[in-house]
Amino acid sequence: MSSISIDDVQKVAALSGLALSNDQQQTYTQQFEEIINYIEQLKSVDTEGVEPTYQVIDLENITRDDEVIDYGVSPEALLKNAPATEAHQIKVERVL
Amino acid sequence: MKSAIQPIVNDVQAGRRTATQVVGEALEKAAASTEYNVFISFTKERALKRAKQIDDRIARGEAVGPLAGVPFAAKDNFLTFGGETTAASNILKGFEAPYQATVIEKLEAAGAICIGKANLDAFAHGSSTENSDFGPTKDPHDSTHVPGGSSGGSAAAVALDIVPFAIGTDTGGSIRLPASYCGVVGLKPTFGLVSRYGVVAMASSTDVVGPLTTSSYDAALVLDVMAGKDEFDSMMYLKREASYVPEPTNEPLKIGVVKEYMGEGLEAQTKSRIEAQIEALKKAGHTVEEVSLPSVKLALAIYYVLVPAEVSSNLARYDGIKYGHTSSEAHTLSEVYTKSRGEGLNDENKRRIMIGNYVLSSGYYDAYYRKAQTARTLLINDFKRAFEQYDLLIGPTGPGPAFKLGENVQDPLQMYLVDIMTVSVSLAGLPAVSIPAGKVSGLPVGLQVIGDRRADKQVLALAHQLEGLSK
Repeated sequence: MSSISIDDVQKVAALSGLALSNDQQQTYTQQFEEIINYIEQLKSVDTEGVEPTYQVIDLENITRDDEVIDYGVSPEALLKNAPATEAHQIKVERVL
Repeated sequence: MKSAIQPIVNDVQAGRRTATQVVGEALEKAAASTEYNVFISFTKERALKRAKQIDDRIARGEAVGPLAGVPFAAKDNFLTFGGETTAASNILKGFEAPYQATVIEKLEAAGAICIGKANLDAFAHGSSTENSDFGPTKDPHDSTHVPGGSSGGSAAAVALDIVPFAIGTDTGGSIRLPASYCGVVGLKPTFGLVSRYGVVAMASSTDVVGPLTTSSYDAALVLDVMAGKDEFDSMMYLKREASYVPEPTNEPLKIGVVKEYMGEGLEAQTKSRIEAQIEALKKAGHTVEEVSLPSVKLALAIYYVLVPAEVSSNLARYDGIKYGHTSSEAHTLSEVYTKSRGEGLNDENKRRIMIGNYVLSSGYYDAYYRKAQTARTLLINDFKRAFEQYDLLIGPTGPGPAFKLGENVQDPLQMYLVDIMTVSVSLAGLPAVSIPAGKVSGLPVGLQVIGDRRADKQVLALAHQLEGLSK
């Protein structure tokens, strides 16, 4: 059995870029314990000598010429949904 | 041939009805069914404009596509013009797509007309459509029950006869389970057969696009339009079948019944509905035998490691910067991220992102993520062995009929367990279709036909045959 603490939840929330309320942290702590314990059953599976599968389509590398493809989408259309723009650029809070 | 699509195309092409009339009727039916909360938004103006274009072409004697004038609903995680695309999440409220999904472009080129955006669990995270930030959709057969999810709105739109087909996405059962709960046909094509470009990503190693219809024949008609290589989706097969429409055949098949799906966890009456279908197949001359795939018991545990891991990566793009909700309380760049995401994503989205980051984090990666990817190989090998012996596999789509609204909301693990019969197919990249297999206490249950990779046509052919047998 795996035990999840509120510290674990706070750490993973930070990794996830999520602000959580105290109540949410409590709820997730209990729920994560249940979910992690369910997936723990994988630990008892014998996978000695078995390779992992990362994709199911068996594609080999496909190369193409390094040419610009016109996606038919203008920069204006892509910037339209940004909350703040200035001079054709997305505006963010100052970093430094 | 049972079809809701073909009669519309025939009528529109022959001038018996106009596309404008057909689309107008679909919009009226949708307006009369608001109690089920099927749609998040409508694309009425664009739909009527496109219908008129088709009518004008026909009036001029010009050729129109194979789905000319056919109205459809798109799950709201497909980027479309003519309105917002929200993925049922508050974080995307107000988002207007700068381009359309490849499948939307293909369907439009074939003459089909999108009338609206169907409800889903936000970001497709769920099995009941209760995780939508726009309220749950209700099961057309009993409004106190869930329609299944995550493509619950798409399934309900077809079940309510608003549209003859809808499109959805299936990452672990999100087309098949709602098809089962709503009594319609839901096809999850082979992974890599239909482009995902312009679809809000959930888990890129299992996400597929597919149709929900009233017959396997119609599912094939829609797949015929949607399938095939797209330069903008790098995970695709280079070739496809010329047509997926089932051809009449009397060839006896060897069909395996997945033993692990018929045992513990399967509701008794649902089991008897599936057994009745098995008997019908035997009577029709097929060999039907039980086959054991021991690793499918691990599938849900594998799925709930790998999918959250991929979700955590795919949902990192919602940062309050490029599009979507931005917190008005944020004063630093870091707060823009954490507060925008904290406010805009819902509990289930956060749960999956955090579980994903947990299993990927240092010290746990080998124990969970790599272990799950390795167990996935065992699961795929089980299917490979089964398809050496059998042409196709069958089993129930879900453990029973639709559950009640609210029944599993407080218990995420219990909610995850309804996907126990669908996730293994997703992890292995196989095609599967859910078709109605009768009712239990007035609620539909589904049977799932599973094929080897790229056997979509064979899967649809057996489903088509079963539809004929159960009449």
